[in-house]
Amino acid sequence: MKYIEPHAHMVSRTTDDYERMALAGCTAVCEPAFWAGFDRSSVDGFHDYFCQLTEHEPRRAAKFGLKHFCWLCINSKEAEDVKLAEEVITLIPQFLNRPNVLGIGEIGLNKNSRNELRVLEMQVELAAKHGQLILVHTPHLEDKLKGTRLILDVLKHDKRIKPERVIIDHVEEHTVEMVLEAGMWAGMTLYPETKCTPARVIDILEAYGHERLWLNSACDWGVSDPLAVPKTAVEMKKRGHLPSAIEQVIFSNPEKFLKQSGKFKTG
Amino acid sequence: MTKQQVLDLYFLDARHKLIELAAFLDRVERADGKDDFRLKVFRVALEGLTSNKKQKARDVLLAFSDPTMEPVAKATTKGAAGAFQK
Repeated sequence: MKYIEPHAHMVSRTTDDYERMALAGCTAVCEPAFWAGFDRSSVDGFHDYFCQLTEHEPRRAAKFGLKHFCWLCINSKEAEDVKLAEEVITLIPQFLNRPNVLGIGEIGLNKNSRNELRVLEMQVELAAKHGQLILVHTPHLEDKLKGTRLILDVLKHDKRIKPERVIIDHVEEHTVEMVLEAGMWAGMTLYPETKCTPARVIDILEAYGHERLWLNSACDWGVSDPLAVPKTAVEMKKRGHLPSAIEQVIFSNPEKFLKQSGKFKTG
Repeated sequence: MTKQQVLDLYFLDARHKLIELAAFLDRVERADGKDDFRLKVFRVALEGLTSNKKQKARDVLLAFSDPTMEPVAKATTKGAAGAFQK
């Protein structure tokens, strides 16, 4: 079955993972900018990372027939240092016209601090000024509910932001409804222990329908599974979901959202 | 899916997870020392599982969540504990 992996941190994965994803039917992979597992020491580290995302990684994906796209930002885990964040945000516009850049992301909150919130507002401003799509990371575990509420407040307050051009990622049962009610897209992440399992993702689809929802693996340098999306498609089949419904959530929905960038296409 | 189909597909998995949960409680209860905030919230969340409410997964997640809206002064860590400490 063909599918789109709309959220994967491929710089942290092996070439074998690209091959396995291609064999499983992946046609395009999208990579939001995120935390490397350690704090970068200067803006130059981000410059190199953005070059990696826009030059090197598309070439690595192309070897397996996969289209590679990315999102650019300073992630919320490094947003406590506002001065560094300002320097990184100043750097981003020079990359926005590159052919695989879809928008600003994954911006958001991590510990819901004042500085994180300030940097979030700065990056929403950046997206609005340059007419970019927005991909939002919501916090982990006990911080998710509060973080999602704060993020929605920021986005709803800025009238330049069209909700249908925003995806709020890593929703779970306690946050999905408020995101969909705000008119935004919601991403469900299949991640061991800390986010959703395939069974729970399908429960959410059965409860809320298939509109403005997508699935992703968010595979990265931690324990995660780059094949989580096709494995969930198999689970949907076991639960009697029609092929057209499966195709909608693993391919058509991400394609519909991402095509708003004007750049996205599948391989 | 019918109830029977759900049970056929997920009962053994749920049974396995319930036993793991019970074993975790046995393990932590026979260990020396005091409970912390995580276990207290855990027990509150458990109570909800036997209710007749329809959104048990959501309610468990809410039990572990920070219900406040005021941003914290500073992020002093990057990780999350899994339960909100009042």
